Amino acid sequence: MKTHRTIKIALQALLRNPMRAMLTTLGIVIGVGAVIAMMEIGNGSSAAIKKSVASMGANTILVRPGTASSGGISFGSGSAMTLTSEDCDAIIRECPSVLTAAPVVRARTQVVYGNRNWVPSSIYGTTPEFLKVRDWTNLSEGEVFSNRDVLNANKVCVLGQTLVRELFEGKSPIGKEIRIKNVSFRVIGVLSVKGANMMGMDQDDTIIAPWTTIKYRVTGSTLDNINQSGSVTASSVNTLSRLYSGDPPNLYPEQSSVQAANNPMPIRFANIDQIMMAAVSTAQIPAVISQITQVLRERHHIRNGEPDDFNIRNMSEMIDTLSSTTKMMTNLLLSVALISLIVGGVGIMNIMLVSVTERTREIGLRMAVGARARDILRQFLVESIVLCLVGGGLGIVLGHGGSKLVNFFLKWPVENSPGAIAAAILVSAGVGIVFGYYPAWRASRLDPIEALRYE
Amino acid sequence: MEIIELKNIYKTYHIGEIDIPVLKGISMQIKAGELVALMGSSGSGKSTLMNIVGCLDRPTSGEYRLEGQDVGKISSDERAFIRNKKMGFVFQSFNLLPRASAVENVAMPLTYTTDSISDSMARKRAIEMLNRVGLQDRLDHEPSQLSGGQQQRVAIARALINRPPVLFADEPTGNLDSNTSTEVLEMFRQLNRQDKITIVLVTHDMAVAKYADRIIHINDGVIVNELPGQNEAGFSTPVDSMQVDEDV
Ligand SMILES: Nc1ncnc2c1ncn2[C@@H]1O[C@H](COP(=O)(O)OP(=O)(O)OP(=O)(O)O)[C@@H](O)[C@H]1O
Ligand SMILES: [Mg+2]
Repeated sequence: MKTHRTIKIALQALLRNPMRAMLTTLGIVIGVGAVIAMMEIGNGSSAAIKKSVASMGANTILVRPGTASSGGISFGSGSAMTLTSEDCDAIIRECPSVLTAAPVVRARTQVVYGNRNWVPSSIYGTTPEFLKVRDWTNLSEGEVFSNRDVLNANKVCVLGQTLVRELFEGKSPIGKEIRIKNVSFRVIGVLSVKGANMMGMDQDDTIIAPWTTIKYRVTGSTLDNINQSGSVTASSVNTLSRLYSGDPPNLYPEQSSVQAANNPMPIRFANIDQIMMAAVSTAQIPAVISQITQVLRERHHIRNGEPDDFNIRNMSEMIDTLSSTTKMMTNLLLSVALISLIVGGVGIMNIMLVSVTERTREIGLRMAVGARARDILRQFLVESIVLCLVGGGLGIVLGHGGSKLVNFFLKWPVENSPGAIAAAILVSAGVGIVFGYYPAWRASRLDPIEALRYE
Repeated sequence: MEIIELKNIYKTYHIGEIDIPVLKGISMQIKAGELVALMGSSGSGKSTLMNIVGCLDRPTSGEYRLEGQDVGKISSDERAFIRNKKMGFVFQSFNLLPRASAVENVAMPLTYTTDSISDSMARKRAIEMLNRVGLQDRLDHEPSQLSGGQQQRVAIARALINRPPVLFADEPTGNLDSNTSTEVLEMFRQLNRQDKITIVLVTHDMAVAKYADRIIHINDGVIVNELPGQNEAGFSTPVDSMQVDEDV
């Protein structure tokens, strides 16, 4: 018995009572339609969330030096001076899961332009790669400093929007000179608006400059400056500080130049405050962590068993929370959809049982002219599958149309979900088989004589 | 050559605790090419016997050979195959598919034929059969658009679609008036004569005697007597081949 003929017979049987077929399959239509619409809308918003999370730095990973301690006194995280910009270069070179990385030197100090002043929440000394790490490459004005600027410690900087507002009152700052802790910087670019980060901090309250310039011309030493807002600024700006000096008294006599020449201090090597990097994708973050751990341990000559002299931080916990929320919503929707499919399936079973009863004589006749029990079983099973697939198809069209309407009228982001469509087709065929099997089995077990005699 | 051989066929129905013996030892032989009429009062067991020879039912005991093959003990799938290929069955109440055309009704058994043929081939054969029963201008009529006699002719065409050697008919004229009855019976005789199809039919109509080679009378589950029919130029049945089982 040919399959296409079975399908033809099934379609004819269904078309004999199109209204009933329609109503029967309505449960499947609604169930599948709801799943498709929810999946498309859910995927759309989850993609939108992912995108904004990424722009807030979900893929960024931060490496900070470990804890320095002396005589049992810890100086806190980030106090060891072990990270160098060469470490950063090595990470870019050797870690395949790292998109790119940038060294960062931080400062917190007063910035002056004309008669206005401002203390930005962050002053980053870094390389041009920094903007790639932060997914911030499109500037609103001007351009970024180059690697040559970094090499030569040129006094150029790029301003965030908040600074443009505070120092320049919104006028173009390109080409103007600002002073950061009495060092003059030329503004060559303005960053685009970024908004607040996940912690609610204003990311536009930022200055970016070559790290060499910040390191050697502005801060001198990182230890004094990190997170000690304005301590230096206050003393250098406050004219009273000369009268009431805040400088600690010298406890020990200073070295004379002869003494210094006799006991040369080791040259301080150019440590940086942190290395910021972007993973190729959020899923790659664990790989990135293990790769940079390996590279840095090797470069810092840390033996097996010794603790790391650096800390790695990332946003994965926040991402986990977000994705588990999304997952929970999806599971919730899927269970609702499952329930509606079961309800739809019971409707199908009901109507198939009615149909078997109604067509008892036809079944008897088909058996009398040579249909085997399995031919009858197959015919009714195919009929129920066709019914469910038609319902599933209508549901897909309905759900897709619905999500398009939502997109059009409410402007919600939606995203096509071929996986959900494939699943919907499989599931509706499955519902057809599961709920059609019992009626089909009953039909196939009929006795031909009794079936023929049935009124 | 015997195409149908029945030996001591018993059929007993059980309703609850009660046994209802319907066939009580039927033995008979039917030769290829014969047209046999089965007669008897209502409730004598004619339809029960027809269902057994038509492979729709199994005897409680006894042996049934069709073309030499013992079909009493074969599986239900094999019996479905025999129903499809080796015999046709015509019912009193036509039993056509209500919303299918004459052609579709006639072609229906081909759906279950193992050596499946193409749709166009099936249609061609169905039209051929409808031509044979004189319905060439009613091909796409549905049963509700056909008269009783025409419906029964569609049913006969359906029974013949697989060119079976045997045709069974249980009161084929029971629902027809006398004129159409004659038409249908003429058709049976023609099929029997021209195509050498063996035909067994159940009837209450004494006029059938005119067409039959042999008339078998059944009463209360046993064969009471057999008479030669008046099928002119037909099969002359030697009396010694008749077997009458009255001792049960
Ligand atoms: N499925 C069944 N269960 C129980 N008894 C049955 C069944 N089928 C038939 N019978 C009984 O068998 C007997 C013979 O029935 P059958 O239908 O063979 O009669 P018939 O000779 O064809 O009669 P008619 O000429 O009226 O068609 C009847 O008494 C009937 O009650
Ligand atoms: Mg009867």
